[in-house]
Amino acid sequence: MELLGIANYLVLFLTIAGVYALLTLGLNVQWGYTGILNIGVAAFFAVGAYTSALLTAPATAQPPGPGLPVAVGMLAAMPVAGILALGIGLITLNLRSDYLAIASIGIAEIVRLFLKNEEWLTNGVRGMAGIPRPFAGVDIAGWSAGGALYLALTIAVIGVVFAALQILYRAPWGRALRAIRDREVAAEAMGKNVLWFRLQSFVLGSAVMGLAGAVHVHYAGFIGPEAIDPLFATFIVWVMLIAGGSGSNLGAIVGALAIWAVWSVTELLGQIPEEPITGFGALRVFLIGLLLQVILLLRPQGIVPEPRE
Amino acid sequence: MAASVLDITDLHGGYSSGADILRGVSLSVGAGEIVVIIGPNGAGKSTVMRAVFGLARVRSGRIRLRGEDITGLPADQVVRRGVCYVPQVANIFASLTVDENLDMGAFIRRRGVAEAKEKIYRRFPPLDKLRQAPAGQLSGGQRQMVAMGRALMLEPELLLLDEPTAGLSPKYMDEIFNIVDEIGAAGLSVLMVEQNARQALAMADRGYILATGKNRLSDSGRNLLANPEVGRMFLGGEGEGDGHDMQNGGGGVKSDGGDSESDGRDMQNRDSHG
Amino acid sequence: MVELAQLLIYGVVLGSIIALGAIGVSLTFGVLRFANFAHGDYMTVGAYLVLPFYAGLQLPVAAAVTLAIAGTALMAVLIDRLLFERMRNAGPLVLLVSSFGVGLMLRSAVQMAWGPRTLVYESGIQLPLLFGPLRIKPDHITIIIGAVLLVLAVHLLLTRTRMGKAMRAMSDSPELARVSGINTAQVILFTWVAGAALAATAGFFLALDTNLRADLGWHFLLPVFAAAILGGIGRPYGAIAGGYVIGIAQEFSTLVISATYKPAVAFAIMVAILILRPTGILRGN
Repeated sequence: MELLGIANYLVLFLTIAGVYALLTLGLNVQWGYTGILNIGVAAFFAVGAYTSALLTAPATAQPPGPGLPVAVGMLAAMPVAGILALGIGLITLNLRSDYLAIASIGIAEIVRLFLKNEEWLTNGVRGMAGIPRPFAGVDIAGWSAGGALYLALTIAVIGVVFAALQILYRAPWGRALRAIRDREVAAEAMGKNVLWFRLQSFVLGSAVMGLAGAVHVHYAGFIGPEAIDPLFATFIVWVMLIAGGSGSNLGAIVGALAIWAVWSVTELLGQIPEEPITGFGALRVFLIGLLLQVILLLRPQGIVPEPRE
Repeated sequence: MAASVLDITDLHGGYSSGADILRGVSLSVGAGEIVVIIGPNGAGKSTVMRAVFGLARVRSGRIRLRGEDITGLPADQVVRRGVCYVPQVANIFASLTVDENLDMGAFIRRRGVAEAKEKIYRRFPPLDKLRQAPAGQLSGGQRQMVAMGRALMLEPELLLLDEPTAGLSPKYMDEIFNIVDEIGAAGLSVLMVEQNARQALAMADRGYILATGKNRLSDSGRNLLANPEVGRMFLGGEGEGDGHDMQNGGGGVKSDGGDSESDGRDMQNRDSHG
Repeated sequence: MVELAQLLIYGVVLGSIIALGAIGVSLTFGVLRFANFAHGDYMTVGAYLVLPFYAGLQLPVAAAVTLAIAGTALMAVLIDRLLFERMRNAGPLVLLVSSFGVGLMLRSAVQMAWGPRTLVYESGIQLPLLFGPLRIKPDHITIIIGAVLLVLAVHLLLTRTRMGKAMRAMSDSPELARVSGINTAQVILFTWVAGAALAATAGFFLALDTNLRADLGWHFLLPVFAAAILGGIGRPYGAIAGGYVIGIAQEFSTLVISATYKPAVAFAIMVAILILRPTGILRGN
């Protein structure tokens, strides 16, 4: 029985880590490949999650939806998040990178306000429940295997995204992005292409973040504006990418696993004492922030540094 | 040259990324001398000056000020030792007034700032009426005066000027040259990179010709002007003297070696950072 | 008409607070060339640091605020020494990421020190002063007058003092500042002190007008940056104008759109200015 509990916990841990791995891969396309500073990761995540939730919610859910297949929801989450990125990118990507960072905070804030206030669409602060969870209730020899099967699906999605991003990284497209990031070529020399490449990278990365949102929502079966702390979600994804190694897709996945492991272990530590420690949650966030600073100071290239050609 | 103020020996270096721009530059400036550096684009003229202020990376070679090794010293320490510098571009604080620009030139000086400023206004009369004008709104010639005025606020021993007449009208160009001449006459040492080679050499005590990061020729200003090779390559046509002078005057020029593939045709273009 | 005038007053109050925050952002941006995303949290720390001196030690408000300002400035200098200074060579974007993390750490630290609950300096309801049909809270008068005095102080600092002029000079051209002999390390130190002092005051005013929460300043970061960009980032005078424009626009927006979207107004103005005139009103750097 004990073993089963550990297995279930491991499935839970890996699924959430997988969602973060997708987010980190998306951020890597933006920051790691191209040097685009996106502080609104959670917004693209939320847009993806809500898109899939709205499309797949059955007629019996609260609020009712058209009940489309989960695959449709997941596939739709990407272009919707991408279109949001396209709009904001067209305005800010030809400006300096720090302006985009500020604009991305604005987008995150507006998305949060929208999801919270537009009750007709999103059920407001109560959030959307009854979102379909594939494999839920599947039983193998008395063990409810739904979670494990969904984890397998998550890993498959990560595998496909990882493979696609690796191919793009090695392709001339990826080289062009790195050249823009490292300012190896003068912006003028590439002309309007710089904006175009940056836009593609921003949209692609955001689409992957949207997919992460969809994968999350069909695991949880619920999404609300406060289901994730948008600021913290964005921040921990940044820590994951920088810890893993900006520019490296493998690093993004390793970083997501490592940081999520640290985060989960510290949560378990907090449950050991009889009396809950006041401010323990805040202390953990503080320490993750400190971890970021230490990495930036001592090992800015991360655990798995980007290979140098 | 025992009384030299600045001594640069066999300098190699450039910027953090990329190949060396300087590949063996040596030069010296004696007390009270006006020394001019000329050469084609990319010869490393500006980089020599930037190296003195620790703004370019020195890989090998030494920079000495009155015998003291100042290689790699941060800029403000070089300034404290009596060297001031007027870069070619971005050489004024555009949003500060003329008066404030002069204040910044005297940042490390606590006493006598007001008197020093009055001296600058006497030396550059056009600035007197413009004291409260933002420097960014001035004409090119006025800006150059502000830049030089700022650099003179500390009454330095050695002044480095990077193409002070670049982009100026002939009227201002003459004015700037006159001022440099006056400064030299007042006993200040001047090291100047110039594109108007003829005028600059005419007033210089000595000149250096750099090409591809190396010394090419060095001699007195007079002799360089009279040198037929210099005339052909850097002065855009015949030298100052006629054919007779060329033969005689040219005899005194010592060649410092280096390749002769450099092309002086683009001398009139502004040197981007080399 | 009365409603408009009343909104204008609220807008000026809000604008005063935004302007103080935006000047700080603009100063640090101009001198250090990086967007400090922890600036909002410097405001929060400043606001909270008033508590132990005012509610704790029962000092007069002015003394408590002065001590809170000093504490915030000290913190800003320490953070620069420990982190930002060591990362300056890595470039402005790495600094921005670091400052984002610093902001989160400060928010957590505030939660650890003061708990997750919302606090106020003084409980009880302030009776508004009546000027004809207009209602003004005494706190609002404090905020407006305080902001005017601080803006004046900033102006004198920037135009009359050697250090203030050197800050503007470094903003114009850091390299020329170095070759002019300006001690840039000293100017950077001074910039943090000035920026943090303004942030702490802005935080105090904001908490005075609303209440104390750990995310007080973080949610204010967007209007503050919008104001700084509107005014031309790195240009403190533009930031003042930008602050009042954003503040007044946010209040007036409630006539047209739901008040819940008030934060979006700052964003909309910022986006508009980024499209129309990316250098801001005063052409920033």
